[in-house]
Amino acid sequence: MFTLKTLSLAAFVSIGVAGALAAGNDTKNGLGARPGLGAPIPESDIKAWDITILPDGTNLPPGSGTAAVGAKLYVEKGCDQCHGDNAKGGRNPALITEEKMQGQGIETNKTIKDFWAYSTTLYDYIRRAMPWPAPRTLSDEEVYSLVAYILAGNKLIDENAVMDAKTLPQVKMPNHDNFIVRFPERI
Amino acid sequence: MAILKRRGGLGPTAPDQQAAGNGLLHRRALLGRGLMLAGAAGVGTGTSLSGAAAEPLEDAEWSRHQGTTVGPIGVRSKFEKDTVRVLSNPKGEPRTQHARTPHQLLSGQITPSHLHFTILHNGIPDIDPNQHKLVIHGMVKQPMVFTMDKLMRYPMVTRQTFVECGGNSAPMFSNEPVQASLQLLHGLASNSEWTGVLLSTLLDEVGVDPKAVWMLPEGADTPALTRSVPLKKAWDDAILVLYQNGERLMAEQGYPVRLLLPGWEGNMNVKYVRRIKITDQPAMTYYEARNYSPVLPDYKAYKFYFVNEVKSFITSPSFGMSLKEPGYYEISGIAYSGSGTIKRVMVSADGGNSWAEAAVQGPAQDKAFTRFHIPWRWDGSPAVLTSRAVDDGGNIQPLRADFVKVRGETLKPVTNPMGFANQHYNSLTCWGINAKGEIAHVYA
Ligand code: HEC
Repeated sequence: MFTLKTLSLAAFVSIGVAGALAAGNDTKNGLGARPGLGAPIPESDIKAWDITILPDGTNLPPGSGTAAVGAKLYVEKGCDQCHGDNAKGGRNPALITEEKMQGQGIETNKTIKDFWAYSTTLYDYIRRAMPWPAPRTLSDEEVYSLVAYILAGNKLIDENAVMDAKTLPQVKMPNHDNFIVRFPERI
Repeated sequence: MAILKRRGGLGPTAPDQQAAGNGLLHRRALLGRGLMLAGAAGVGTGTSLSGAAAEPLEDAEWSRHQGTTVGPIGVRSKFEKDTVRVLSNPKGEPRTQHARTPHQLLSGQITPSHLHFTILHNGIPDIDPNQHKLVIHGMVKQPMVFTMDKLMRYPMVTRQTFVECGGNSAPMFSNEPVQASLQLLHGLASNSEWTGVLLSTLLDEVGVDPKAVWMLPEGADTPALTRSVPLKKAWDDAILVLYQNGERLMAEQGYPVRLLLPGWEGNMNVKYVRRIKITDQPAMTYYEARNYSPVLPDYKAYKFYFVNEVKSFITSPSFGMSLKEPGYYEISGIAYSGSGTIKRVMVSADGGNSWAEAAVQGPAQDKAFTRFHIPWRWDGSPAVLTSRAVDDGGNIQPLRADFVKVRGETLKPVTNPMGFANQHYNSLTCWGINAKGEIAHVYA
């Protein structure tokens, strides 16, 4: 028992040392033991990588799009090859659906219409990851149009609604309030 | 509870070594018996363990000539060619690829790097470490970019921890037990020794705004995979990992650098991390707002199910093996908890009617695989083996009935063991053994 305790104490201390190195610096306010090997970079130089959209719309780019344009892009960009005609599903998930969640139990299809809680997730995800074989090749405007096409097809917005940085975060997603934070104390 | 009686007679089946029903022996019985047998042989009353008559010994073919030439990378014995991962998408079709760890063929606590489970949403990126960069920005005093050679000069820590996919054990949500190997049931969890730079060291250098609550790590892989992680975890024990089991990270594990969040949902341990944005709100990305939000029976869903909770399963004997004859077997398995250290593992051979405490391999480490063992004398009649772990926070692996009441089960039996009926299963796994020694997956 004695050896076991000594061993685990040693492991703990070695992590503690690294922590102390960093913490010790704050008070000294100089280089001290801090490696300081990072190179400062202005936010403007990070722009190309900074593609995350927050739920309140933060970081949505300028531009706008409509369902009519999106419907054309959906075919032009080859989305239909994986998500099926009219986005009703193919070898990859349907993006436009009719069916309700009820009846499938815990195996419910997590459809955009019935499950997704934030419209901004749609913009963020299509822009970062689609089309799957060539991600980040769509223009910001094209993404707005594809998002409008999917939302209108799911009857979450009007056929003619224009999606932009202001209107998109305001789209009400029906399932928005049905999520329970599992570990609130860890946030 | 364990029936702990003082150990007595010489016979391996001495009834007072029984720790619980159906032949479970005291966890220290093996040690005691070994010593006693050695002593017995010394006084000339030698007993044979198996009882089978041995044949005369001869030199084998391989003992008589020079062996194979040693190569630059070690290779396994060709007799172990079946110790491999099961692949969900071996042709790399445009969808997620999963490779599952063959726990039923492994022992110890470290998963060999090449057998560590992995999930890649769009293949393995081939990243040149000399060109890879990591930027930390957002709500910080000074955004900074780190090249790999600079990162390699930082003070590093080494620790063991498991990584487990939120969807590991998904077939266990089936309303009827899925007949599949341990690898298919629980193969999306593995354990390594990881070495890297504490994220807190870098956060200190960029100076985090006190109003910030979240960070958004993002990968340099094709889907630019990204998740929202509370900064609390970053300050607690998050590591930017550079080495796995002593060598640089496997390409499929995030080479040249991945985020490691000990004990937390696998998908959050962002691989190929190239950017960490500090924010005051979560991003509700695809993988947290959709994929890793487990649905509950009333159609509500959990979000931010960060922790992989206390869990264990018996790796040997397990589904697909068979017991050739009654007699002595060692039951062995893996226990782990994303909230701490494994304190105790109880094992039952009668489907949970009686329990004995297993020997736990020490020192048990925080949020890491912990191997347990218990000796068992099978009398040849039907038995149900199962294990139940407890961590140092007092968290107990839930019984199936209690688990299903809250989390639900499928309406129809699961037919594809590689599908994902739901996530974050941590209840028991039971192996039913019939009189022929065949092992099935059962619910007890
Ligand atoms: C080569 C096949 C392929 C093409 C082409 C493709 N996708 Fe996808 N898409 C996928 C896969 C695979 C997923 C699931 C990814 C995962 O599970 O990580 C997906 C997921 C999605 C999702 C999330 C759906 C859900 O409910 O989970 C959206 C939205 C989406 N794609 C939009 C598009 C759009 C818009 C295009 C065209 C610009 C497109 N996709 C082109 C393969 C494709």
